[in-house]
Amino acid sequence: MPRRWIEGLGRRTIEGVWRIGFAARFFGVMLLHSGTAFQRLGLTIREMYFSGVLSLTIILVSGLFVGMVLGLQGYDTLQRFGSESALGTLVALSLVRELGPVLAGLMFASRAGSAITAEIGLMKATEQLSAMEMMAVDPIARVVAPRFWAGVISMPLLAALFSAMGILGGYLVGVRLIGVDEGTFWSQMQGSVDFTQDILNGVVKSVVFGVAITTIALFEGYDAPPTAEGVSGATTRTVVTSSLVVLALDFVLTAFMFRGTN
Amino acid sequence: MQHDTLVEIRDVVFGYGARPVLKGVNLTARRGQVVAIMGSSGCGKTTLLRLIGGQVRPRQGSVRVAGESVGELDRAGLYRLRRKMGMLFQFGALFTDMPVFDNVAFQLREHTDLPEDVIRDLVLMKLDAVGLRGAAELMPSELSGGMARRVALARAIALDPMLVMYDEPFAGLDPISLGVTGNLIRRLTDTLGLTSLLVTHDVQESLKIVDYVYFVSDGIIVAEGTADEIRASTLPYVHQFVHGESDGPVPFHYPAPTYAEDLRLGAQRA
Repeated sequence: MPRRWIEGLGRRTIEGVWRIGFAARFFGVMLLHSGTAFQRLGLTIREMYFSGVLSLTIILVSGLFVGMVLGLQGYDTLQRFGSESALGTLVALSLVRELGPVLAGLMFASRAGSAITAEIGLMKATEQLSAMEMMAVDPIARVVAPRFWAGVISMPLLAALFSAMGILGGYLVGVRLIGVDEGTFWSQMQGSVDFTQDILNGVVKSVVFGVAITTIALFEGYDAPPTAEGVSGATTRTVVTSSLVVLALDFVLTAFMFRGTN
Repeated sequence: MQHDTLVEIRDVVFGYGARPVLKGVNLTARRGQVVAIMGSSGCGKTTLLRLIGGQVRPRQGSVRVAGESVGELDRAGLYRLRRKMGMLFQFGALFTDMPVFDNVAFQLREHTDLPEDVIRDLVLMKLDAVGLRGAAELMPSELSGGMARRVALARAIALDPMLVMYDEPFAGLDPISLGVTGNLIRRLTDTLGLTSLLVTHDVQESLKIVDYVYFVSDGIIVAEGTADEIRASTLPYVHQFVHGESDGPVPFHYPAPTYAEDLRLGAQRA
């Protein structure tokens, strides 16, 4: 029994390492075949509509609610120390540094990532990718690369919109509902948010999350067994893996970016 | 290789992993012919098409199309050769995110610089050839199985290829669509000067239109001949296949222990 268990563990480990290798190779090939995505921008823009524009509703609505909750919780905590004037700073920094990129990433993974995996997986299962290959059209260049770049471009824009809506939510609750001074709310925010340290680092995070989520989604779809069960399993793996990767990468990036700053 | 030979497969051995699929296959298709490859499910028919299309490479032997050794071509060479080939997949494999017109126009837009009005004329001509000019604006989800197969055929001949391969073109079609598809394959082969290679297990429909038939079983060619020769064949495998007999060289039962053993007759039960 222990021997079989160890054998199973070894097999799964080897399979896991193989898959990481395949994914890395897939990523490299995708970058090498990215020319079409830029030469025929129409293809990439079309995919930006599907993964970016169609994710807008969930991003904007969740951003608004997160900002409203931040306004409530932030005010509740800050007023204990008599610092409710710092509400604007708290809401803005929380969003642009962390919550914007991370939550927008998680939303993007569940909305656009799962759709990308299901679409590519079904294209494979219904032999559309093979048909393309047989028509001397490279599916990596024609189908995969435009989706990748569309995701990478869309993700920081979605994160920025998430943060903007969050700040609006914080303003509505903090200023309009609770009555924090409007001038203080905005001037504190303006004075304490640093462009490089806060906004640019948030943008870098969201680009990295975009690369990670889109690569995972595309790889899972491309690698999915061509069956209903295979595609559904791949879709689930996309959401689970990319969510975990976003959270893990967030920690690593934060550790590098904000080390030694206040 | 004779100059009128388009596809020549010599002593090809191929397998997936440790499982051998083809164990030394020889096959020839001459220009202008409709050649059928028949055999029961899983015998390696589709693998033969994949070898000809260069999707897989033989372990031994050679696959030559128009004089070029497919297994030895690099990616650019393979793509160049594929532009001269059309392939009809089992269920059409139409691009579901674009209408019929764009499906047929796909290769023209990808591989040529033709102006859009010329592409329009060409696409309508190809669709007219399969009787579906009126369906140009429909989405693939709005087509019946037979119509989807015909659109896929129009797409396969969009660049006027020299060779068209059909993977189970008759599977799942009603009798009318069956006849229409069969006639189309024959008519397009003759009028466009194509060579058609079809993989099928629909004996009766394909014998009406083919020039030559190869029977594959257990990874080798077990019989070949013209349609009349195949109909008259007394070989047990061919006879069983052509007449649809349930038992014969291809057994009805999958290999198993004896029924008595499986039911544990005579064994002591706890």
